[in-house]
Amino acid sequence: MADRETFVLGAVAYDPKVVTIWEGFKTYFARHGLPFDFVLYSNYERQVEEHLAGRLHAAWNSPLAWIRAVRMARATGKEVEAIAMRDSDQDLTSVIITRAASRIQTLADLKNKIVAVGALDSPQATMLPLHHLRLNDLTPEVDFAVQYNDLLGGKHGDHIGGEREAARALMNGKADAACIIDANHLFFVKEGTLPAGATRILAQTAPFDHCNFTVVKGASEDLIARFRELLLAMTYEDAEVRPLLDLEGLKAWREGRIEGYRALEAAIDEMKFYDEDGKILNPNYRY
Amino acid sequence: MMKMEKSSTRIIDIKELTFDSGAHLLINRALADTPIGETLGLRGRAAELAVHLRGWCRAQGHEIIWPGSTLDPVVAPTSTQRIKQQSTINRDSTTTTLDESPLVAWIVRGKAGTGRWLGAQRAGLAKANLGDAVVDLPPANWGLAARGATVEAGTPEFHFGLDTKASVWAENLPRLYAQAAAAQWDPATAINWTEAVNLSEEVETAVVQIMTYLIENETAALLVPAKFLAQIHPHFREAMQLLAIQVADEARHIEIFTRRALLRREELGLSTVSGQASLKTLVDEPDFTLASFLLAVLGEGTFLNLLWFLEQYAPDPLTRRVAQLAAQDEARHVAFGMAHLQYQIERDKRTLERLAAAINRRHDALSQTSGLNEEVFDALVILAAGEWTAEAIATGFAKVLRLQEEMDASRQTRLLRLGFAPDEAKALSALHTRNFM
Ligand SMILES: [Fe+2]
Ligand SMILES: [Fe+2]
Repeated sequence: MADRETFVLGAVAYDPKVVTIWEGFKTYFARHGLPFDFVLYSNYERQVEEHLAGRLHAAWNSPLAWIRAVRMARATGKEVEAIAMRDSDQDLTSVIITRAASRIQTLADLKNKIVAVGALDSPQATMLPLHHLRLNDLTPEVDFAVQYNDLLGGKHGDHIGGEREAARALMNGKADAACIIDANHLFFVKEGTLPAGATRILAQTAPFDHCNFTVVKGASEDLIARFRELLLAMTYEDAEVRPLLDLEGLKAWREGRIEGYRALEAAIDEMKFYDEDGKILNPNYRY
Repeated sequence: MMKMEKSSTRIIDIKELTFDSGAHLLINRALADTPIGETLGLRGRAAELAVHLRGWCRAQGHEIIWPGSTLDPVVAPTSTQRIKQQSTINRDSTTTTLDESPLVAWIVRGKAGTGRWLGAQRAGLAKANLGDAVVDLPPANWGLAARGATVEAGTPEFHFGLDTKASVWAENLPRLYAQAAAAQWDPATAINWTEAVNLSEEVETAVVQIMTYLIENETAALLVPAKFLAQIHPHFREAMQLLAIQVADEARHIEIFTRRALLRREELGLSTVSGQASLKTLVDEPDFTLASFLLAVLGEGTFLNLLWFLEQYAPDPLTRRVAQLAAQDEARHVAFGMAHLQYQIERDKRTLERLAAAINRRHDALSQTSGLNEEVFDALVILAAGEWTAEAIATGFAKVLRLQEEMDASRQTRLLRLGFAPDEAKALSALHTRNFM
């Protein structure tokens, strides 16, 4: 079990800036009387396992990791809770784009075509867009071919590289459509990966939510309450906190909510990614 | 019901404008007039506007309310159920007339944009002549901000060694800077380089030796202010600018003396141990005020006499002209040094003791060297003599002795103006390096 006094958070090192972010949080919590430490994992799978094994008080989880935590907890008679998330984790959408000059006008036109997606384990660039296509009667690998851009497995698509590769595959003609998160469409245009006006948005998924701080219910409640209280008290008006919020990409912390993960639950089952108990089913998943 | 519930709610129409061609500018402009928590309606026609708006608002910390009655055309019918179904705003306002673009969304202004500027500080005032425009101790986190700018809280700290007004300022700095900027000349056009120079070989050699010596000294005069320039807190903008111009002045001096020396020769003259030892004590001086004193007030001040001497007695018009142009600039360098020291002495009389100690220290450090090199002294005599007769040499020698007396007299005048007593001024002037600079 984790140290009684020090709050221990797990996070995934998907980028070098992660160290800067959590070191900054460590200073912030220490200044407010909460001893804080963090453990970095190279992948979400081990983080979830260690969390449920009682080695962490909380885990900064991707949506996929959240669902695995829910299932693994349930399998052992526990329950997890999403205690907070970023304002920017709420109401995201993904888009399926094609080249502006392409003959593809509707999703139905994707039949027998190639759709570029992100990493195998990316909710936003792979799982949710493929789920959206299923809802539109297009079954992956049956009605169309899926081209994975499987960068940095285990990081659940946090790294932007897979989406950028998918966008490149679309532009160089290796794919007929590409799946990316909404904000990356404008971002890829601005950075030049997608020439301005060269793409058309074919479809947009329903809004979904992204990361959250996950805790196991009933464990270290006071410590977790203190963590949550200090977290929600962070304000963008505070010049010492602001650089951390900017790095982590939020303006305010919000209460956690879980309705935004429903589509992903369905996607996981359709893809047979995890089973009901959170066991990994996909034999091609490397992390 | 055709009116909005909140009459203050504005709607803007950005027509075909897209986020990849500046849509955020019009939206930000309208949001600036929208109170925090209030909504702004957005109409537009660009195909990707709704998608880009969603990402942009998320990054800016604004909420979005999608018009409940309108289906987003890019969303497939099967996935239109929203996590957030808000339609508190009257739906009638979403109707579109012929010349209006369709309503895309309502933006609820977040507080992050204004929150960023809480605790921001105004970094003095731009115009130096206004009361407290230039503060005594500018904070390290004002950094490179323009004086007079509003600095966001949490800006990184810069560590400038010269970060107090007393350590760099002078009363007439803005005027000195303006004069310096106005007095810049172009070496290519300010001097007629095609003018014929036909000196005897020996006199030409003397001129080349003096130029060689001048270049070496100008190099010290360039490096010393350049070293301090990078340490000045940019809040003291005029001091930084004036030193920058001074460095550029010295660069031109090096150029014109080099060009004059190479006019008829391929090689330059001699550089001596004693000359460089003297200059090394200047380059090594770590204190800006002491360096200003040794370089500007004593060194460049003494150099002024030398340049005027060359302007008067040099054997060819080109050499006279280059000396004249350099002297104009040097006079300003001396003026800044004097003004800065006067500013500091007025605030702390003990500065005079530090200055006196600095002359003594330098004198002790140089006591084992031979002072002005013989080659330079002799070259000055030959140059002033102009010919090789006994009478001419005697006259030249007398002129150089008089030059040294003039140098001493003007040094004493400056020391008196700084506040030294006459006997102190006399004694300190006598301790000045025999290398002139
Ligand atoms: Fe000079
Ligand atoms: Fe100078």
